[in-house]
Amino acid sequence: MTMTILTAILATAVTAGTPLLFAALGEILTERAGILNLGVEGMMLVGAVSGFASAYYTGNPWLGVAVAMVAGGLMALIHAFLSVTMRANQVVSGLALTMFGTGLSSYLGKVWGVVGNPFPNHFRPVQVPGLAEIPLLGQVLFHQDVLVLASFVLAAGIWFLLYRTRTGMNLRAVGENPAAADSLGINVFALRYLFTIAGGMLAGLAGAYFSLAYVPTWMENITAGRGWIAVALVIFATWNPAYAVIGAYSFGGIDALGFRLQALDIAIPSYFLKMLPYLATVLVLVLVSKRNLLARIGAPGALGLPYDREER
Amino acid sequence: MAKRWRIERRLTPAPGMTILVPLGSALLALVFGAVFFTITGQDALQVYATMFHGVFGSRYGITETIVKTIPLALSGLGLALAFRMQLWNIGGEGQIYLGAWGATWVALTFADAPAWFVLPAMALAAMVMGGFLAALAAIPRALWKTNEIITTLMLNYVAILWVDYFVYGPWRDPAGFNFPLTAPFSAAARLPALTGRIHAGLLIVLVLGIILYFVLYRTRWGFEVRVIGESEGAARYAGMNITRNIILVMLVSGAICGLTGMVEMAGVAHRLQPGFSPGYGFTAIIVAWLARLNPLAIVPVAFLFGGLQVGGYAVQVMGIPSAIVSMLLGSLLFFVLAGEALLRYRIRRITEESETR
Repeated sequence: MTMTILTAILATAVTAGTPLLFAALGEILTERAGILNLGVEGMMLVGAVSGFASAYYTGNPWLGVAVAMVAGGLMALIHAFLSVTMRANQVVSGLALTMFGTGLSSYLGKVWGVVGNPFPNHFRPVQVPGLAEIPLLGQVLFHQDVLVLASFVLAAGIWFLLYRTRTGMNLRAVGENPAAADSLGINVFALRYLFTIAGGMLAGLAGAYFSLAYVPTWMENITAGRGWIAVALVIFATWNPAYAVIGAYSFGGIDALGFRLQALDIAIPSYFLKMLPYLATVLVLVLVSKRNLLARIGAPGALGLPYDREER
Repeated sequence: MAKRWRIERRLTPAPGMTILVPLGSALLALVFGAVFFTITGQDALQVYATMFHGVFGSRYGITETIVKTIPLALSGLGLALAFRMQLWNIGGEGQIYLGAWGATWVALTFADAPAWFVLPAMALAAMVMGGFLAALAAIPRALWKTNEIITTLMLNYVAILWVDYFVYGPWRDPAGFNFPLTAPFSAAARLPALTGRIHAGLLIVLVLGIILYFVLYRTRWGFEVRVIGESEGAARYAGMNITRNIILVMLVSGAICGLTGMVEMAGVAHRLQPGFSPGYGFTAIIVAWLARLNPLAIVPVAFLFGGLQVGGYAVQVMGIPSAIVSMLLGSLLFFVLAGEALLRYRIRRITEESETR
């Protein structure tokens, strides 16, 4: 009996952690290129609404995922243009992107008439043959919807890309010291564009996870600040996809725990439970930065700094 | 001899651009919005006309715009001070909420106290609470370089949930028909009105704007703040205490945002309720930044944004969510950011051969 509850809690932790994982993986790629994109929340929201609307009107959830990723990528393109080409202040540009995306998504949801609509064909958990029978972990990890399963592959793939391929090495060089990378013939601008857009596509996917699997419908501000938690997760994960997995599921667990405790009628007002993920983010961030300075934990050396060839 | 475009850094800002860029950006944002509304099947001209009429078409519209200007300008002043030192206090919204909570606590606890006591006490409580919330982010930032963008932002959610708990729980007005509202404040705990709904908070904004301008440009401390913001290395070399200044500036920034919460409570709402701020703390970030962190410029910029907010409510009758305002603001910022680059760079057509690298 206790075992079933534990499995259920852990499985919910993975589900709740999945959108965080997608968004954090995307932001890791972007920040590894030296671009700080604080627009994750906005990109997620635009991904969520456009993905939901296109799935709703065609009945095809996969099309929704694709549209959400394209939408997220287009949003990120704005940020890439401003911060790479125009060398604008990345903090302000990211904030502007979140603001823009928040407004745009509410507007689109209304214009497209999809607020609160049900979508019966949403992603549902499936039993992965064989793997789902592993005791405990089988039901936690392999009785999940397809997007969760895809996130496992994606996390491993991004880890491999970063640490085992030439592109990954170039990417890290660009984030660490763009001038040096440039002198080695690496195209700094192209890589920064590419991985900022890739980050946006994953943020769009994270948004689609909310509207097509987790909730699943569209409502204003559906992500409720999870995009910001994803940005914090990147620091928590020290820009490493492997730690991002652990971080995302821990935060997902805190989220899930809130619901569970409420269901079990434990007398903690729900308001305090809802504070947990946010307080945990602050606490983790403080602990991480206190223990070792950012440089030592692997912050890209040129994070947030525009690269100007004439100034090298 | 292939020809190509090249972006070069300018030594001095392009002449006339400092005025042209903000104006041009505003215009472009409106054009962008118009194209966007048209594509999505709205009558763009009617949207803008409704917004404009909502703001300037009546005494009510102008009054409401000023009522919205007060919290935007006040929290904008607080945020601009922190931004001066490159401290990205994104927690204005939470500091406003916690400030309002502190002010409400005083107003409810000393319900029979006279105005000369209760109003200053409310302001003090609000500033302490706002400062406290900012300090939670400022101290780790000063000591261990903990990213203050994330911490201040996360604390927003905590502060809003904190207020929710009290308004839905212990502080809920028994006579309030079960609505999530506290009991109304006593007459002593309300800021006097200047005319109609415009309250004395406007004077606080104007006085504080002048004080902050004076402090920034005419005092030693203001000089330190500006130097640290421009170049931390130079400041350290000059023997300025950066750790102490980070904490101090964030405390003042949080306190001013907290005061904004008190002014909203005592001036407009007269009781605490959830969602009393439609994101003032967030919009104020943009206000501060577009005003180039100049305290005197913040008030007019806030007035503009107050107008946009009121215009946003006006278009709701057309079935358009007021969130389009944040969409327009976001695009305005994009154009300003891109335009800023025109101040600093120029694009020239050059021949490959002449390029010496």
